[in-house]
Amino acid sequence: MGRILVIAEHDGSELNPSTARCLSCAGDFSGLDCDVVVLAKDGKRVCEQAATLHDVSTVIRIDHDANEHALAAVQAPQIAKLAEDYSHVLGPSTTFGKDLMPRVAALLGVAQVSDIMSVISPHSFQRPIFAGNAIVTVETRAQDMVVATVRTASYQATADGGKATIESRALDVELPTHTRYRGTSGSGDGGRPDLQSASIVISGGRGVGSEKNFALIYQLADRLGAAVGASRAAVDAGYIANDHQVGQTGKIISPDLYIAIGISGAIQHITGIKDAGTIVAINKDADAPIFEIADIGLVGDLFTIIPELEKLL
Amino acid sequence: MDRILVCLKRAVDYNVRIRVKTDGSGVITDGVKMSVNPFDEIALEEALRIREKGETGEVVVVSIGTDACQQQLRVGLAMGADRAIHVRTDQALEPLDIARVLIRIAEAEKPGLIMLGKQAIDGDNNQTGQMLAALWERPQATFVSELTISGATATAVREVDAGLETIEFELPAVVTSDLRLNEPRYVKMPDIMKAKRKPLTTTELEELGITPQTRVTVLQTAAPPARQKGKMVADAAELVAELKRMDLA
Repeated sequence: MGRILVIAEHDGSELNPSTARCLSCAGDFSGLDCDVVVLAKDGKRVCEQAATLHDVSTVIRIDHDANEHALAAVQAPQIAKLAEDYSHVLGPSTTFGKDLMPRVAALLGVAQVSDIMSVISPHSFQRPIFAGNAIVTVETRAQDMVVATVRTASYQATADGGKATIESRALDVELPTHTRYRGTSGSGDGGRPDLQSASIVISGGRGVGSEKNFALIYQLADRLGAAVGASRAAVDAGYIANDHQVGQTGKIISPDLYIAIGISGAIQHITGIKDAGTIVAINKDADAPIFEIADIGLVGDLFTIIPELEKLL
Repeated sequence: MDRILVCLKRAVDYNVRIRVKTDGSGVITDGVKMSVNPFDEIALEEALRIREKGETGEVVVVSIGTDACQQQLRVGLAMGADRAIHVRTDQALEPLDIARVLIRIAEAEKPGLIMLGKQAIDGDNNQTGQMLAALWERPQATFVSELTISGATATAVREVDAGLETIEFELPAVVTSDLRLNEPRYVKMPDIMKAKRKPLTTTELEELGITPQTRVTVLQTAAPPARQKGKMVADAAELVAELKRMDLA
């Protein structure tokens, strides 16, 4: 029998929702117990949050000054050491997990499976390739430890109500000092819902036309309690910050409702929204590819339509 | 630093419409246009700009694969790389073995930086750079949109979910490029002619003492479940009515 270790993603004080989604995936490995590890400078608060998640056996707390910020080169040797007691090590396929998990796998001398979207058996998974244009079923060797990232958009967050024990551990591992964290600048987005876990997302594309015009998208989003996303074209044009980008190289999301405004629908963008419950597209070009996959399409000028929607909603 | 090593992967061109073989054995690649993986091209462009600023002596491109990879190495040379290394094999290598091969090259070449794309647009693994950095026991800066070299250290701005993260690290190191790092230059005709005379050395994979393994077997390749085209509405009022009907507004 095996045991699963899930790597918690957090910012030092709050557990990222991606962790609860990873735990849902872990729950699909029937019969395997699951622990969560929190690497932090002071992980008390994050550990307490992780302990309330459903189906977690033990939350392992590893406090170390070097863990103040998530640096893959610093975290990977610690996780590789812990992994000795496990058959599976899972992290989210967010930028945090993508940076970290291959480094862990290489230290362990095993392959890494990226973006698990479904678990067929403890060693067999489905994952997307070619920007989601093909889905492969892969199998890892039975004798190998499985190190993988979980495509968080494919899983709902696991429920609360767990009562895991928290266990502090110290690891005897040498940590590199060659990499130093210098800061993060994010849009923060004024208390709006998180793009990766929001139930409604409104995205703007090149058609929005300017940074100033994005205020329209924000107004509508606030009316609906939605998070704000963007196409790569809008980010490249400087209308909005990179942390809003949705798509193959941005965020892969699965809201209940996705409203794409002034987005033509390049395949790389569609990859990021395929798992949305309902897709609404508003675009002045009736031939825009986004209409091929939208559940509801509306051809027209977004500058007329958005104010109308605000009145009606 | 003396040199930067840039890894170029031969991949299906990003404009190609991907089709899955009807027998589920893979994706159709016969007769399909092949190019340098776009993220690797961005990595090469950045290396060339670093050389143009006088911060490195030379830029060496490396590719691992069949003889056809030499086409992508020639593109790299035409863009401005000084020389090329082809590691020849007919096997498709997994990221961990690619990283092991690159370590062998790094041992011989002693680059100050190894640069590559954050992912290849075929396998979408996003692993090779991180694995290489782990085996090399050196820093990694992944998803980089801005890179500054100052002597023996470098500063990178990384595109992360929370925004833009800045890290500082010692060289040598591995850097993987994100889309907004730069816009690669267009290759001009005279450069293509000149590239034909630049040195390209070929090494057989076996000569490097690496025996590739199959750790992950692809059992089946399928087309994704398609989303159907839905209904078109005439105006905002109809759209809202539809959303209300679906209990979404």
